[in-house]
Amino acid sequence: MTGNNPKIPSRRRALAWLAGWMAAPVFGQPVDRQSSVVTPFAPVVPGYQMQFPRDEGSHPDFRVEWWYLTGWLNEPARPLGFQVTFFRVRPALKHDNPSGFTPRQILIAHAAISDPEHGRLIHAQRAARAGFGLAGADEGRTRAWIDEWALEQQGKTYRSRIPAVEFDLDLTFESAQPPLRQGQDGFSRKGPAPESASYYYSLPHLKVRGTIARSGKAQSVSGSAWLDHEWSSQYLEKDAVGWDWIGINLEGGAALMAFRMRDKGGASFWAGGALRAADGSVRVFPPSDIRFTPRREWRSPRTGTRYPVSWTVRAGDREFEIEPLFDDQEHDTRASTGTIYWEGAVRALHEGRPAGLGYLELTGYWRPVNLA
Amino acid sequence: MRGRESPASPLPLISGRFLLFQALTAGPWREHPGRSVLAVAAIALGVALGVAVHLVNSSALNEFELAARHLAGEADLVVRGPRAGFDESLYPRLARLPQVEAANPAVDLEVPLAGRRDSLRIVGFDPLRAGLVQPALLPERSGMVLDLFDADALLLSPSAAEWLGLKAGDEIAIQVGTRALTLRVAGLLPQGAYRQRLGVMDVAAAQLRLEQLGRLNRIDLRLKPGTEVAAFRHELQALLPAGVHAVTPETEGGRGANLTRAYRMNLDMLALVALFTGAFLVFSSQVLALLRRRTQFALLRAMGVTRSTLAARLIAEGAVVGILGAVSGVVLGYAAARYALSAIGSDLGAGYFRSITTSINAEPQVLAFFVALGVLFAVLGSAAPAWEAARRPPARALRAGDEEEGLKQLPALGWGAAVLASGLLLAAAPAVNGLPIAGYAAIALILVGVVLAMPQLAGACLAAIPAFTRAPAAIAIAQLKATPRQAAISVAAIVASFSLMVSMLIMVSSFRGSLESWLERMLPADLYLRAARFGETAFLTPGEQARIAAIPGLERVEFIRSQTLLLAPERPPVTLLAGPVDAADPEKTLPLTGAPHVLRPGDPPPVWVSEVASDFYGLRTGDRVRLPIGSTTGGAPREYTIAGVWRDYGRQNGAIAMNRGLYAGITGDRLVNDAALWLAKGTPILDVQRALREQLPGGIEIATTRELRALSLGAFDRTFAITYALEIAAVLIGLAGVSVSFGAQALARRREFGVLRHIGMMRREIGVMLGCEGAVVATLGTAFGLATGWIVGLILIHVVNRQSFHWGMELHVPWLPLAGLAALVIAAAVATAVWSGRAAMGEDVVRAVREDW
Repeated sequence: MTGNNPKIPSRRRALAWLAGWMAAPVFGQPVDRQSSVVTPFAPVVPGYQMQFPRDEGSHPDFRVEWWYLTGWLNEPARPLGFQVTFFRVRPALKHDNPSGFTPRQILIAHAAISDPEHGRLIHAQRAARAGFGLAGADEGRTRAWIDEWALEQQGKTYRSRIPAVEFDLDLTFESAQPPLRQGQDGFSRKGPAPESASYYYSLPHLKVRGTIARSGKAQSVSGSAWLDHEWSSQYLEKDAVGWDWIGINLEGGAALMAFRMRDKGGASFWAGGALRAADGSVRVFPPSDIRFTPRREWRSPRTGTRYPVSWTVRAGDREFEIEPLFDDQEHDTRASTGTIYWEGAVRALHEGRPAGLGYLELTGYWRPVNLA
Repeated sequence: MRGRESPASPLPLISGRFLLFQALTAGPWREHPGRSVLAVAAIALGVALGVAVHLVNSSALNEFELAARHLAGEADLVVRGPRAGFDESLYPRLARLPQVEAANPAVDLEVPLAGRRDSLRIVGFDPLRAGLVQPALLPERSGMVLDLFDADALLLSPSAAEWLGLKAGDEIAIQVGTRALTLRVAGLLPQGAYRQRLGVMDVAAAQLRLEQLGRLNRIDLRLKPGTEVAAFRHELQALLPAGVHAVTPETEGGRGANLTRAYRMNLDMLALVALFTGAFLVFSSQVLALLRRRTQFALLRAMGVTRSTLAARLIAEGAVVGILGAVSGVVLGYAAARYALSAIGSDLGAGYFRSITTSINAEPQVLAFFVALGVLFAVLGSAAPAWEAARRPPARALRAGDEEEGLKQLPALGWGAAVLASGLLLAAAPAVNGLPIAGYAAIALILVGVVLAMPQLAGACLAAIPAFTRAPAAIAIAQLKATPRQAAISVAAIVASFSLMVSMLIMVSSFRGSLESWLERMLPADLYLRAARFGETAFLTPGEQARIAAIPGLERVEFIRSQTLLLAPERPPVTLLAGPVDAADPEKTLPLTGAPHVLRPGDPPPVWVSEVASDFYGLRTGDRVRLPIGSTTGGAPREYTIAGVWRDYGRQNGAIAMNRGLYAGITGDRLVNDAALWLAKGTPILDVQRALREQLPGGIEIATTRELRALSLGAFDRTFAITYALEIAAVLIGLAGVSVSFGAQALARRREFGVLRHIGMMRREIGVMLGCEGAVVATLGTAFGLATGWIVGLILIHVVNRQSFHWGMELHVPWLPLAGLAALVIAAAVATAVWSGRAAMGEDVVRAVREDW
């Protein structure tokens, strides 16, 4: 590359190599179609007993896995949203290559900051094959890293360091609550077909402390976060186009997770969710108890995609209005996961009054997530 | 007076003078277009050669550099190992350095293509890391990286795909060991990302398929912003194992330029030689033409044209010749370069850029430079005679028989001898910056010195010729004796061009003769076997070696392992040859240039370095040297004794030979590349060849000694094809020079012929007279040319060639071709002398006596 070619776009194109992993090869094909493949993927089945901290670590036998941290910082003075994600992907290999470089596991990391004053996401991404200690995901406890980008668990504390070009995150998370097992005791179905499911637990109400440096200036931050840890070998149902998801730290220590899977017509064909009350009692919702109703759309000036950024979400007998911290939280990850989606900080209101802070994820509005 | 082009001037006097001026100076052009055309052609040839050589080389170098830069992408440093590479554990160590933003590990090898006598460069790297280091070398289509993770997948650059006639989904067979291995073309690199032929694989796949498990030979590093590259490179070098170097992409790209610098200078010098002979042609024809027009110039001077105006006008004439010649030379050179690139290849057959494909890259300023050079030489050629003509007092010049007077101004023997002597002294000077600049200067000085001394030398020789009794010959000798300086110009013209022909003939013949005897020494066996002629991944396993050795009818088999060592970051790697060389008797296998060094007990083990390696790395017989052979991690490399220097024409980047037993002991590497087979008496060579093919069904190359010799000599002749072409050009220009000078002289002597005819000489007899003159002049010229050429040839062999290519050679004088060439020159001189005399003796030659009387 010669000097007149700016580095960012080319790097972005480079990472576009990874496009389709999250969707096509990872989610797209049923396991049994890969009979010629050396790699056997572990199935997700009901009845699995999650154990901690063992299940906080990596599950390398499964096709895909992620640790997804989202949260709010410095509320109410000068609120910032942030997101740090480590994906682990296990490619389907045809050869049992003894090389130390064989891409048995691939690590992808995303990080984004939602600053209303900046007006859109500031984000960074990285990918590497596991190996030589330079990148990997440990079993037995949460530890995923690519070079100096890392998320690491020490007991009930997590630390994430993302020294990216445009920002440098160093955040410590403390969990005060036990893991919230989603679905049937951690077995979370994603559609009517029983094999389309994941193992899934959340850690709401993580206390965050740390620094965010932007253009060389470090800023102390604190706030509250949410960790999703999910692993699967077949995530999406064949007809799935995308999903809508919220994870809200409700006031007083309660937590709400809700999602719905959409088909081509934009209709829900599956949904799920759980509400954990402040006293620790959990209510798991069947698909019929979750309802997502869009209230307002925002159109991305970059991609022309229309996202319903404001919602009414009904979970059982409770209803929340979901309002974004700001509209433009579109996340262009064509460079790594091959898609553009909306992932942003949102406020939850109950009957017009602030009820909690969390994140909203809207996928499949740009193009169907299933790119196969 | 035909002043049709003259403008209507209000001042009749000026207009008239202008017309006269036009007539006098432009006249000769109309009268003797042939001579002017020859001068133009000579300049054109010189410029054309220079332009062609430059265009071809700069295009190749440009592509070479682009290729290196594109492969390095945005990397700030490239860590390079030898072919065998280094342990892959170096990669995480470098990747973790705090200054490193991203590191991309790679296996970078030339891989033989099975069933095709060629190789393809394959780089196996980490496409995920390439995102930060070499983003351009990634496919555009999303998700193709997944395809690339397949151990059989390969991406091709568009030019490689076109060259191989392959598209996505096709299969390509490569050779590893002796086995053919099929890879799948998963797709193409984006158009324009990499212009050369290249295959890209995943690093893991490359390690597996190219049998490099655990090894890498290249790591591209992108540094964190603000890192001082030079300082970090220095720091990094301390962390690298011996024989592994960190270089900037500029150094990587510049390696091609380094490699071919001396070769390019050689060709440039040959082009300059052509220009020089062209300039001399302009000079000699101008001298004689101006002499003939002497009275006209005197008239102009008498009319009040100033000295400097006249000189400027005459020099302008030379410049016109130069411009016409140079412009047509540029056009010709461009066409020749285009042809050479498509027909011979960008390395002009020298093998430097075998797989580089190029398009012509002509910068206008370079072309302008060559035009300027051509004009300069033509102006220089006409300057001295012009100045001389202009400064003659008009009254004296108007007298008849002043021609010889004018030539008295030519320099005397003292100057010529001094220049010649300084040239000889300069020949002893060492290379400047790796280039034989002093050697070239010495050759130029010697030529100039001989030319300057020629009037005196020719005069002395002519004076020594005894007087003849028979009429035409006697008159011829008398004429020459009476006008030695004029004769000297013709002699000098012949000396200048003939000596260059002679020197090049001697040099090329010495080189070829030395190569032949070297091949004799290097190919003592009956049959040779090689895993593959091209590429770096072909080898014979110990099992295959045993199968070869067990073939019946063999008296002896020797195996050779060929590896590379990276001894200096800015140089291409040297070849390490591990073979049957024996410390007790190295001369049996290696053509040593001196007495072998006898090892004392306790000395480190012996290695023998080629002349090139000896020159490049300053390695002398008896020295001790640490060489990065074997394990390249931990501790200093082992020490070896340089037990001798040997002649090697095969590896232009240098070679180091050692005993294979020693090599295998140090490295544990028991693979080999080549085998030499001696047949037992009575074994038919065909039986052995058949047995070899049966034992090794994969891709091997078998050649008899004769075939190998023919192959090597063919390669030599291809390398020197351009030299031969230039040589023929020099011969043509030289012959043209001779004929021009004779033609001019004949015209100048029309009055003399008239007188001779008046006193009763037959035209035939005048012809004989001119032939005699031509023969004497040409004989003198070839004799001096031979002597000068001999000296220049020795300088070419022992100074220029040695300093350029670091190859020693013995003198092999091509007696027969030299004699033939001399005879040809003399015959041509006689013929042109007779012919031009005849042309000069037209109908009115008798009347010519009245001219000017």
